[in-house]
Amino acid sequence: MQIIVTGTLLGGTYALIALGLTLQYGAARIMNLANGETLVAACFVSFWLFTATGVNPLLGMVVIAPMALVINWLIYAWLLRPLVRRAKNRGMLEVDSILATFGLLFLLQGLMLLGFGGAYFSYRFLAEPFLILGEPYGLNRVVAFVAAVIVASLLYLFLYHTRQGTAVRAVAVDPASARLVAIDVARTAAFAFALGGALTACGGTLLSTFYTFNASMGVIFTMKALIIVIMGGVGDVRGATLAALILGVTETAVASLIDPGLTLAANYALFVLVLLFRPQGILGRASA
Amino acid sequence: MMSLRRDELAVAGSGIAAVGLLSLLPLFSDGFALSFGVNLMLYVAMCTAWALFSGPTRLVSLASAAFFGVGTYSVALGLDSLPFPVLIAIAALSSAALAGLVGAATLRLSGVYFVIFTLGLAELIRQVVAWSQSRFAHKMGLYVFTDFTERDLYWMLLALTTLVFGVGWLINRSRLGFALRIIGDDETVARHVGIATARAKIVLFMTSGAFIGVAGAIVAPRYAYIEPQAAFNPMISFLVVIMALLGGTRRLWGPLVGVIPFTIVMEFITARFPNHSSVVIGITFLAIVYLLPDGITGLIEGMRDRIRRRTAAGTGIEAPDAIEEKAA
Amino acid sequence: MSAATVLSVAHARKAFGGLIAVNDVSFDVGAGELIGLIGPNGSGKTTMLNLISGALRPTSGEIRLAGTRISGLAPEKVARIGIARTFQLVRVLPSMTAIENVMAGAVFARNRLWGPPARDFAGGLLARVGLTGRESSPVADMTYIDQKRVELARALAADPRLLLLDEWLAGLNPSELLIGIDLIRDISREGRTIIMVEHVMDAIRTLCSRCVVMNSGVKIADGPAASVLADPDVIRAYLGDDDA
Repeated sequence: MQIIVTGTLLGGTYALIALGLTLQYGAARIMNLANGETLVAACFVSFWLFTATGVNPLLGMVVIAPMALVINWLIYAWLLRPLVRRAKNRGMLEVDSILATFGLLFLLQGLMLLGFGGAYFSYRFLAEPFLILGEPYGLNRVVAFVAAVIVASLLYLFLYHTRQGTAVRAVAVDPASARLVAIDVARTAAFAFALGGALTACGGTLLSTFYTFNASMGVIFTMKALIIVIMGGVGDVRGATLAALILGVTETAVASLIDPGLTLAANYALFVLVLLFRPQGILGRASA
Repeated sequence: MMSLRRDELAVAGSGIAAVGLLSLLPLFSDGFALSFGVNLMLYVAMCTAWALFSGPTRLVSLASAAFFGVGTYSVALGLDSLPFPVLIAIAALSSAALAGLVGAATLRLSGVYFVIFTLGLAELIRQVVAWSQSRFAHKMGLYVFTDFTERDLYWMLLALTTLVFGVGWLINRSRLGFALRIIGDDETVARHVGIATARAKIVLFMTSGAFIGVAGAIVAPRYAYIEPQAAFNPMISFLVVIMALLGGTRRLWGPLVGVIPFTIVMEFITARFPNHSSVVIGITFLAIVYLLPDGITGLIEGMRDRIRRRTAAGTGIEAPDAIEEKAA
Repeated sequence: MSAATVLSVAHARKAFGGLIAVNDVSFDVGAGELIGLIGPNGSGKTTMLNLISGALRPTSGEIRLAGTRISGLAPEKVARIGIARTFQLVRVLPSMTAIENVMAGAVFARNRLWGPPARDFAGGLLARVGLTGRESSPVADMTYIDQKRVELARALAADPRLLLLDEWLAGLNPSELLIGIDLIRDISREGRTIIMVEHVMDAIRTLCSRCVVMNSGVKIADGPAASVLADPDVIRAYLGDDDA
């Protein structure tokens, strides 16, 4: 039981990170392997805000999310749009974006290593027990989960109940047809990429409240997010949320029952199962 | 196509001459130059092997560190009980088996799944190896003591590199090579002309993986003490990708062109600015994507084609005048 | 099924989610026949072609080539058993020369040629489709009709038991069209069995002995070209109810 609750709490944050990636890949068609670096950067910013100026990370999110939105927009406009223009087909864009975001990954990671070194960071925020069903859990984890649920719900409302959100979903399904109904595909893709970055940054901020982080852990989180996105089905918001919870619980179970060193192995086991049996995602319908 | 053409003979001849010259290096130096030569030869072998698969299929494999580690561990685990050549064979077979499993799980699906799967593969195996070592053997690493000198390792790596080039050349001339070119151009057409695309890719990935595994096995004695952290270092995968792409993967010798300058630069960076290597790697990746999409060899060939076309166009314009003059 | 039947389609059905693109279609194709598969846009012709060539797997029903079951097999297996095709939007191998494109058809399918024999054979086919002397031209630099010729030669290189042409005549100008029609007629006269999906009705009239007509996924007519094209149901399918 404790495993399920801890895993679910963790899964909430994972869901935000993965939702960011699924927007970037599903709608903007960019496989962003530097996604984890956005997350780590958000961790450092909230760390700095909290320790230097005493700003509550939840308030910090209000600053960090728009910042990430703008920065990711610029990254898309400067670095990625030329690749989109140059690509003759989706396969070429995939290879190019993978390599370009690799470059970004190393560049950002390198800069953060220069700035902060390889040491681990953490800060104490709401580090007090909170009882669920009689068992104590870190209040910070509970608060992070609740915040993640709120942000994810806002995203859902946005995607399914606003014009702009519908445009994002239309571009995700079929950019060519979206153009025919007067959607500015290039702008929408840029927006989806930026929004994805902002979501991941929110995930990073929440993560930093209860997790020990360092400058080079981005790749691991990119990996987790990728597995969640594929498990959930690319571009599928509900699927990604469910997959994030499954991943959180599985990881917690393996870490507490077998060995904490095997979390990635646990993620991979899930990944392989999905690839072998449901490559279209857990909620996805078999295509044609 | 089945018999040797004259230009092929020329290339083969100069290749043999180059291998002959390179094999003399240890006789002149046994210090820094030799150690640098081992590094260089290691990455030439691995990058060329990587490009055998990733060049024609355009699937970026990040599994090199996993194969390398499997090779290294094959030697480390069996050194006490089996002769070295047998261990090399085991390294080749187990790397090929790993490649076969990964390929069977991902290569039937779209390319992105493959990239993502290989991205974490080395880390996955590292975790499993580290866990089983501490759980069942109660130690962190393994000792590898052999009588091999740096010189022996250099010669073995040179032999491996020669073998990779030979096999690559044979593949290019075979049905498999032709099939891969077709797959690289248009996978749908490939299937409709009767190519079992998934099988062709898996076979090639296994070949490529086996060579990288052997490279890991050969340099295992260099470490003396092998830990999962070093054997399955993910950086190996990235370095292989970056050097091969820098050189260009359209030609068999393309990766070679990338390995030499990049190894020199990295040697310099790690000596002078050890904290900046990530930044340098990042910038190189970006430079490849934006400035050198076909690598250095692609750039050179592109320039050559342009010059050739310009001269051809020049004569093309002159030709009608010449005819008119004759007519007049 | 008579001995001369090359292809037999029995109750083929293909559903994409709720949309039924091909609904219970059956027909046979005899050896040496050149049949036209026609119907308005969205009637399921190309889906039918994709079911035969293995690009899609039928939801139910059975397709046999010369008695061998091919429905449900991967396209590479179907190609090896003896079906070759061209594509609605021409698909050549852009990095290769004309002759390499054609060789691609000769190496892996039914004709497993390799080396000089494959090259000679491909050269002969290039001449056959009117591209003598163009062997080493890069296909990427070729005109649309020449790319179509290359694609046709590639399909022929497999020596297929059944050749599928998916709107091979589409996009050609009037004079190219005449050349194209002559080419298909010649190939058919050599005894090759052909199914052509086509919108160019003049071509269907002059070339096809028989037509299968589809509308909304269902076969609505099957018979000699002249009588099928005069069938009121067929005319209604093409022009809509009001005009019929």
